[in-house]
Amino acid sequence: MPTLVSHPDEVKVVSRRFGLGAEAIDKYIELDGYKAVQKAIEQGPEWIVNEMKASGLRGRGGAGFPTGMKWSFVPKVSEKPKYVLVNGDESEPGTCKDHVIFLHDPHAVIEGTMIAGLAIGAKMGFIYLRGEYRYLLKIVEKAVADAYAKGILGKNIFGKEGVDFDIITQTGAGAYEVGEESALMESLEGKRGVPRIKPPFPAVVGLYGGPTVINNAETIANAPHILLMGGEAYAKLGSERNGGTRLFGISGHVERPGVYELPMGYSLRKAIYEVAGGIKDGKQLKAVVPGGSSCPVLKADEIDVGLDFDQMGKAGTMLGSGGIVVLDETVSIVEFALRTIRFYQHESCGWCIPCREGTDWLKKTLTRFHAGGGNKKDIDNIQYLAENMMGRTFCPLGDAAAMPTLGFIKKFRSEFEEYLAGARVEHPLIQIQPVGEPELAGAH
Amino acid sequence: MPDVNFIVDGQKLTAPAGTLLIDACKSAGIEIPAFCYYPGLSLQAACRMCVVRIEKAPKLATACTTTVAEGMNVTTESPEIAQARKATLQLLLGNHPLDCPVCDAGGECELQDMTFKYGAADSFYTEPKNHREEQKWSPVVYFDRPRCILCYRCVRMCGEGMDVFALGIQNRGSSSVIAPNVPSQLASLLNAGADQAQLDCEQCGMCIDACPVGALTSGTYRYKTRPWEMNHVATVCTHCGDGCKTTLGVRSVSDGSEIVRGDNRDKSGMNGDFLCNKGRYAFDFTNNIERLTSPLVRQADGKLKPVSWDEALKFTGKKLRELRDTRGPQSIGVIGSNRTTNEENYLLQKFARTVLGTNNIDHHRTADFVTLANALQGTTGRFASQRNVENAQALLVIGGDPTNQAPLTAWNLRTNVRLNKARLYIANHEEIKLRRQAKDFIQVQQFGYGSLASYLAGNNAAAEGASIVAQADQLSNFRTAIQAEEKLIVLIGNEVRGGELANLIKALPNARFALMADYVNSRGASDMGLLPDALPGYQPLSGSALANEYTAPTAPGLDLLAMFDAATRGDLSALYVVGSNPIKRFGIDPFALKDTFFIVQDLFLTETAQIADVVFPAANLYEKAGSVTNSYGDLQLVSKAADKAGTRSDFELIVRLADHMGHDIKTLVPFGKGLRADMGQSRGAQSGEADRHAVWLMANNMEPKLSPFDPFAILDEIQRVVPGYDKLLRLQLLSGNDQHIAPASTGLVQIENRKDLVLPSSDTLFTSGSLTRYSPMLQDVQRHQETEVADHLAAD
Repeated sequence: MPTLVSHPDEVKVVSRRFGLGAEAIDKYIELDGYKAVQKAIEQGPEWIVNEMKASGLRGRGGAGFPTGMKWSFVPKVSEKPKYVLVNGDESEPGTCKDHVIFLHDPHAVIEGTMIAGLAIGAKMGFIYLRGEYRYLLKIVEKAVADAYAKGILGKNIFGKEGVDFDIITQTGAGAYEVGEESALMESLEGKRGVPRIKPPFPAVVGLYGGPTVINNAETIANAPHILLMGGEAYAKLGSERNGGTRLFGISGHVERPGVYELPMGYSLRKAIYEVAGGIKDGKQLKAVVPGGSSCPVLKADEIDVGLDFDQMGKAGTMLGSGGIVVLDETVSIVEFALRTIRFYQHESCGWCIPCREGTDWLKKTLTRFHAGGGNKKDIDNIQYLAENMMGRTFCPLGDAAAMPTLGFIKKFRSEFEEYLAGARVEHPLIQIQPVGEPELAGAH
Repeated sequence: MPDVNFIVDGQKLTAPAGTLLIDACKSAGIEIPAFCYYPGLSLQAACRMCVVRIEKAPKLATACTTTVAEGMNVTTESPEIAQARKATLQLLLGNHPLDCPVCDAGGECELQDMTFKYGAADSFYTEPKNHREEQKWSPVVYFDRPRCILCYRCVRMCGEGMDVFALGIQNRGSSSVIAPNVPSQLASLLNAGADQAQLDCEQCGMCIDACPVGALTSGTYRYKTRPWEMNHVATVCTHCGDGCKTTLGVRSVSDGSEIVRGDNRDKSGMNGDFLCNKGRYAFDFTNNIERLTSPLVRQADGKLKPVSWDEALKFTGKKLRELRDTRGPQSIGVIGSNRTTNEENYLLQKFARTVLGTNNIDHHRTADFVTLANALQGTTGRFASQRNVENAQALLVIGGDPTNQAPLTAWNLRTNVRLNKARLYIANHEEIKLRRQAKDFIQVQQFGYGSLASYLAGNNAAAEGASIVAQADQLSNFRTAIQAEEKLIVLIGNEVRGGELANLIKALPNARFALMADYVNSRGASDMGLLPDALPGYQPLSGSALANEYTAPTAPGLDLLAMFDAATRGDLSALYVVGSNPIKRFGIDPFALKDTFFIVQDLFLTETAQIADVVFPAANLYEKAGSVTNSYGDLQLVSKAADKAGTRSDFELIVRLADHMGHDIKTLVPFGKGLRADMGQSRGAQSGEADRHAVWLMANNMEPKLSPFDPFAILDEIQRVVPGYDKLLRLQLLSGNDQHIAPASTGLVQIENRKDLVLPSSDTLFTSGSLTRYSPMLQDVQRHQETEVADHLAAD
């Protein structure tokens, strides 16, 4: 189990039970667990949604959509059953926040799911874990089983007649794409994990055709705390229009990497230099990928920015999933760009042309470039490819591949040019075994 | 849906709310390019070619998923949009093999057209293209994987359109590839290094048809020619009773012209998108090396020997005349075909009745049209057309299996259920595939259709004999449901006929009916009077105007089986069989005909032709002009696509035989009424998909009918004397449209205790009567289904 880190600047809300043994249901209950859901049952859906709206909580998956508003979109009356879906397909490189929630506080996710269910009138929730988190499944499944055993899940929960809620857990099979909400639903239904056409949005036609609220695991885990402390109090923890706190996974070349819960709007510079202890081994900062690998890179002089959705947007990047990747001076941007695109090429579902072909050509070109076979035209071609993927793909994966690529090219063009001139970093790229390419052969 | 107003490229347009932008634009003549969009199939939004700019939208939107909205302002062409499309094409072409010079689709390729339009000709990739070997999935389906652009049309066509789900997607990302879905036991073999996947499906080729590029190619056509080297002639498929339009690609060869491709490329026929395996590929019998190309006459040594046309016709005419004059007209029998045209069928029965002077005429009947016409006497609008199956809200299928027997009917039923939510009811003794689309299904007892008809008519006691039901009230619920349907289309298989058919029709007094017959012109054969007991249009043998005109005998003649009985007794002096194989089909002992002068017209030396005294090599349906009537009564014109040296049309042969018998052929064929020289041979001769030349002649009232071999001279007579066929819209028909024909509602022949003599052909998707064995494709496909697919399954 990874060591937990902490820093005095942290404001612990969703992480307040981390390391206290709250994965055991009795401990969870002792630490105010399952109080929020009982309060929610008493107060009713309208109150829940209002508190959520007041909290200013925005989706922690990366898009930052206001959660209370999302819940309010679900039609009151529906012929088909409604569902709550917890997106635990945490796959964005640099991101490991949901991981610690499932590990240390699985009941918070269960309680949050129940609250969302109460808010929209659903009687069933699904917790979908990424395939690579299979080892967390035991923990989550035990938590669910314990909740059933205590009468917290199932029929007539908390002894309340007619109040039912069930939770089903499911793992993926190893596809980043399934983190996209509609692809996740396809996957959960047992189909190929490709996104659906929107509209209709999940709130209207979602899982199995029923109205569905789908939220990131961290978002859901915040719900019980919000109901207990009150939406407004939660909102005050954060910055303007960005309520509350957030788990930031700081990784890369820092002294104390780890997951920290910081208030929204907290300074990125402070997060790197104070919270995470500064650049490792006294080296210089070169760049920061601030919210998971799909966010455009920030240069060392661009980090005086607050960590919330709006300020990051203004800075030309995104808050994303909160996965802050810190790169020191030794990192070759060419190599980093290649690593990034290799991920997206590998994870592209293949559905639409710009993403399927675009990521492939980006990878091929960058691979050759990295291996020393590049030329000046390649830099323009990479930019052209990425620009023509942006906004043209079926789902945001294409953007996720194009945005960082454009960032690297635009902000570090000179490094690409120097790379051509021979300024190459002499450590070979770790070879990733290609998966699912049994018959590819270079011919023609 | 209420209409909404919106603007596209500055044009003010109106369309019902909910219409897809791409469709609304198409209706207004604004074409938006798309690879993955295919009308009627589910939306994909995968190709990103149909991107358009919608005012106030943050980014380009796909026209295939956007529905029109009030006040929407759309731009479909701009530098921004052109760049987006160009970039998408550049990405596609990056891995595309660009083997256009040898690709089957070259010249008919949507990727080529788009590249031409958006000029994505420049390439800036230096890496090798992703290459994969080509695969043969079945004798008719090949997959050239690098050419595939992954639009998923084939996958959806197979799954949604055909309800077969034989295709899927393997791998992901740039490794994604279309592949046959294989049963799990086969998959384990594949993983163990067995052969590539085989396609276990209906081999319809719809995947190939839907493919916008040359990735899926057909086994019968690939690498044979270039599209622009063919003439494209729209005609009607010869195989089942649905009468699909098929466009034949024809190429000149040394001994005439050869059909190299069948498709439905302009989708203008009543089959729209659809063609089945036989319609698409089973034209290859026309090129079979075993085609007869010379008349054969049996010599003194008992062997058939090729002779000249002159000799064969003279000999046959003389002999037939002798026999008629010495042994009497009633000693001669005539058997017609359900694959020849209406004109030929009409002419044949007129030949029998007026030249020979006998009612001994019949054909291989595959549905009881006489009873249908009779049971619906006195009513109007009760005959269903194929068009009804496309859009009726409620349909009942009793007996038969459209999937095998009438693939277009099955397609229309599926599509209607899928897109229009039509209610399909099925009563069958087997669990036919269409059951998957059915709202309700009743399993009929073997031979229980009579009881079912009786039960539907209200006889509750018949319930037990009618159906095997799971629950007590299932049958009564079924009856209640169909009786509640106000406008019901009833399709009836050939299990139901005679009195049972009449009872069924009585039981459903508001419904419209159609019988599912086999072969292209079964209905036409009946309608044209290839029957011993009825004149064309089911008019009685005596008393009708036509009977008076013919002055033929008024007593019914011998039916098909009675003719052979007469032959066995030595009472049949001559038998004339046109395009039929009764010896095989009815299991007739060849010795029955040992004392009968036996004339056969056919394409091949069939079991029947082998024992004939004279064999005339005939042209098939693809080699002649005329009209055919499908099972529903939808009449269409057929055009002459191909030509086989040494053969003649059945029409010409009948006329020439009459001529050689000394008959005045002007009384047989009312020719000589046109204004211009003999142009009959040019009709339909490869002048384009709609015969514009013929349309022009007709429109200017200049149709030449100066030749005694012009079928249109007989069509004139059919219009004059056959009730139901009197109001043909000839211009419409010439333009490639179909027209629904119903028999007259009064004055039909009275039938009582009539032997229906219906013999279902029992053809499957991969058989077509005697033609089966002359079609290498059908042979290959049968072998494929029986060995490749079955072997793998059995190996488990």
